[in-house]
Amino acid sequence: MPSVTVQYFAILREQRGLVSEQLSTSAATPLALYRELRARHNFTLPADRVRAAIDGEFVKSDAPLREGANVVFIPPVAGG
Amino acid sequence: MFKISSVPLEPGALNGALLDARAGACVTFEGWVRNENEGRAVRALDYEAFAELAEREGNRIIAEAREKFQILAVAGVHRTGALQIGDLAVWVGVVAAHRGAAFDACRYVIDEAKARVPIWKKEHYADGTSEWINCATRGEHASSAGGPGSPNSPHRTGMRPGSP
Repeated sequence: MPSVTVQYFAILREQRGLVSEQLSTSAATPLALYRELRARHNFTLPADRVRAAIDGEFVKSDAPLREGANVVFIPPVAGG
Repeated sequence: MFKISSVPLEPGALNGALLDARAGACVTFEGWVRNENEGRAVRALDYEAFAELAEREGNRIIAEAREKFQILAVAGVHRTGALQIGDLAVWVGVVAAHRGAAFDACRYVIDEAKARVPIWKKEHYADGTSEWINCATRGEHASSAGGPGSPNSPHRTGMRPGSP
């Protein structure tokens, strides 16, 4: 199973209680990984309200998840 | 240039960086921390950013503004950290030969930044509660993971297959 790093921000950081973690996952896409983590940690945001970034760039939710990827899940933004 | 700043913004200095002899108009926008939101008394705010991607996306917005409008220079800065009522949260400045393009570009940059840049705001209310803005879910649970979201969800933030 590929090992990835997940960084958490804002509401997800608080709900996970961590800034980042390394984990092994059988998820093939950011969407699948989010669903897995949401079920495990009871994240309140449904998957369709969260975007994904890999290695510092927005990606589609069905992009491939590769070994060593740095994944960030992005809750609805609220700048300004 | 679009920047994330963990230290207080100084509009005078930011403005100075836009000076251009060809400029006949300078439009700036300052977003201030307000003491009320949707009927609730706000005591303070925390802003958090995914700085690397926030600056990248902010710079994309600035490049779009340069393409769309006849402007000479444009810049934006957004604060992170703990802010108090009246603090400057975001600053956008545009200079152009004429005011129309400067107003339009300034509006474009702040509107797009609010919609697209990965920055989050936690409001602390006078009654002692706190809330991450735009993240309310009305009692959703993990069992509904991947199910339909709130009807209020903005489409552009949804993680559906095929969305960027």
